Amino acid sequence: MEKFLFYLFGGIALLAAINVVALRRVFYSAISLIICLCALSGLYMLLAAPFIAAVQVIVYAGAIMVLFLFVIMLLDPFSASTGQDKKRLLSYAAILLGIVALSLLYPILKAYDLASAPRNAGIVPGGTGSVRHLGEVLFNDYLLPFEVISVLILVAIIGTVVLAKRRA
Amino acid sequence: MDIVHYLILSALLFIIGAVGVIFKRNVISIFLCIELMLNAVNLSFVAFSSFLSQVHGQVFVFFVMVVAAAEAAVGLAITIVLQRNRGTLSVDDADIMKW
Repeated sequence: MEKFLFYLFGGIALLAAINVVALRRVFYSAISLIICLCALSGLYMLLAAPFIAAVQVIVYAGAIMVLFLFVIMLLDPFSASTGQDKKRLLSYAAILLGIVALSLLYPILKAYDLASAPRNAGIVPGGTGSVRHLGEVLFNDYLLPFEVISVLILVAIIGTVVLAKRRA
Repeated sequence: MDIVHYLILSALLFIIGAVGVIFKRNVISIFLCIELMLNAVNLSFVAFSSFLSQVHGQVFVFFVMVVAAAEAAVGLAITIVLQRNRGTLSVDDADIMKW
């Protein structure tokens, strides 16, 4: 069952990811990315990380991607100049580069000892993936990074407002 | 299931995203591909976190999401300014700083 779900979600994520790159129109790319994010959220559930799965759907697919869609519609992607995607040589070079990067992975996997690979512990109530445990670690061990990242958000808000403001 | 399956999937997603960044010309498409790469990394973070029974990986995913949100907001604002000033979304036309 776990295997079936992994291949289902993984296949959806891969196909959607290929669509993100292959589709010409930005709007459809964004929709494909949303599908990919939702499939990844299913994988997070399989990996016993329910909080991350929920945040993935709510924040990533729900907030960040909606921001993208807003901007895409604001800029009118269907008529605006989206530029030539079709520089043939460049696209071949990109695909070749991808294959080279993948083949670099092979020796690493070959050297990896599969028999001693760690096994998934599964969902345990109050285990590692639970919201309670996550919160305890986040607000004890990672308190300073948590506060620093809120400053980052503040900087991003101010920067966005300054950038998008129309010059008087 | 072992962790290698998840790592291979993560690597595939990352490389698809990287290929997209290289050969897309539209700024927003490039942003979408960057989001894809960030998500691939998130997947391997969660996989390691789950298989090693350590919660720290999930905390990092949390931080990556925050950084991705900030990056998307600022990047899209820059895109809007680019469109307003130069009337284009193509990265090839944003070449003032090009040597």
